[in-house]
Amino acid sequence: MAGNNTNIELITIGGSAGSLPVVLKIIKSLPASFKVPIVIVIHRQRNVSSELVKILNNSSASKKIIEPDDKETIGDSCIYLAPQNYHLLIEKDRTFSLDYSEAVLFSRPSIDVTFESAARVYKKKLAAVLLTGANSDGTTGLSTVVHRGGIAVAQDPSTAEYPAMPLSAVRNVKELTVLSPEGIVKFLAALMSNGK
Amino acid sequence: MTTQKADITEDELDEMLNVVNTTYGYDFSDYSRASMQRRVSRFMDTAGYKTAVDLTFQLKKDRSVFDYFLQRITVNVTEMFRDPAFYKVIRQEVLPVLASYPIIKIWHAGCSSGEEVFSMAILLSEAGLLKRSRIYATDVNPYNVEKAKKGILPLNVMKEYNENYIQSGGQNDFASYYTSLYNNAIIRKDLRENILFSQHNLVTDQAFNEFQIILCRNVMIYFNRRLQNRVIHLFNDSLSTFGYLALGIKESLLFTDLQNKFEVVSKDEKVFRRIK
Repeated sequence: MAGNNTNIELITIGGSAGSLPVVLKIIKSLPASFKVPIVIVIHRQRNVSSELVKILNNSSASKKIIEPDDKETIGDSCIYLAPQNYHLLIEKDRTFSLDYSEAVLFSRPSIDVTFESAARVYKKKLAAVLLTGANSDGTTGLSTVVHRGGIAVAQDPSTAEYPAMPLSAVRNVKELTVLSPEGIVKFLAALMSNGK
Repeated sequence: MTTQKADITEDELDEMLNVVNTTYGYDFSDYSRASMQRRVSRFMDTAGYKTAVDLTFQLKKDRSVFDYFLQRITVNVTEMFRDPAFYKVIRQEVLPVLASYPIIKIWHAGCSSGEEVFSMAILLSEAGLLKRSRIYATDVNPYNVEKAKKGILPLNVMKEYNENYIQSGGQNDFASYYTSLYNNAIIRKDLRENILFSQHNLVTDQAFNEFQIILCRNVMIYFNRRLQNRVIHLFNDSLSTFGYLALGIKESLLFTDLQNKFEVVSKDEKVFRRIK
């Protein structure tokens, strides 16, 4: 497996709406004592009010999922969801910045934008996971993560409902770890127990 | 697709912004770093600058490069009736109170190309308040100000704006608010009569009037906490007592030192009221 995963301080996860079952599985299987914060970016429709944060919160009584406000500080043991219709960026002081600029690859929030910005701040202390999805969002982001010394993981395209997104990563990202959903769950659990 | 994009280090960005400030008087040093870094490297990609040093040199030397830079570096994405639930709150809770003022003074700070200003003008018109409203709409980007003055929007987005309008509680025929001409929608002139568009820089310019409501939505997200705090002071100085302050739905007063001066009118839609 790529990289030495003892010092991960942030996990980012990206996927399209179809990745929800895998995201739910990941959240449910997190150890109750997990420390490393998680930032989730899921593509959603723009002007339809979204129940996503409710769905995620109902999935797990013990862990609260937060749609952060602008300039909120990233906290240990927190799970964050990129708010609908904004890009989610991370500042050097580990606060969030929201951004309402143009969609990237028809997506806002864009997985690339969050992964790239997280990679600049967390460098080798970042693990980024790309799940099922229908375009090529996330590929550039994972490349940046690798370039800056972090760990890049993609869902095995053969297990993905919409394989285009992880497939694009498999074709273009060097040093990519490819895992089934079960593999991703185990991998993150291992990161969590080795983490801070 | 995976080619590494133009990269820029912290020091290079500092130097570039410093040159822009000393040469042209635009101070971006307290803008959100993550967003600024991203926009500058995107600008370098699209405008074909290989290194930050190249761009900094050209910015210093050539005013037209700076003009283009300014146009592209600030975010100019906006829509009419963005966040319909917000406009519902304005309609139902704010305008009935503002109706008690003989003259209603409104400041749209960071108005971009004017879409949210035109939305407000429509609400005021429907409430019968437009004639006694004075709307000051400002933006840092002179290109936006010129565009907003024209009141011309692309026709192809009006369908989506119409849906936003209906969701915001609008009951009129949305198409009656503009004239279609080729691929353009021209906002009706009487809606624009009491709007004054002008250039204003929230970073360096002062308070210029006293308002009953200030709208500054999704503008301060591009600032760091220090600058956000300063701008909230500017707004506080520019509001009448019990004046309203409307921010973007993911913006907060929690990180400012004036949060006790405001009460919450709508928690979800981020509408506040000055109480002290």
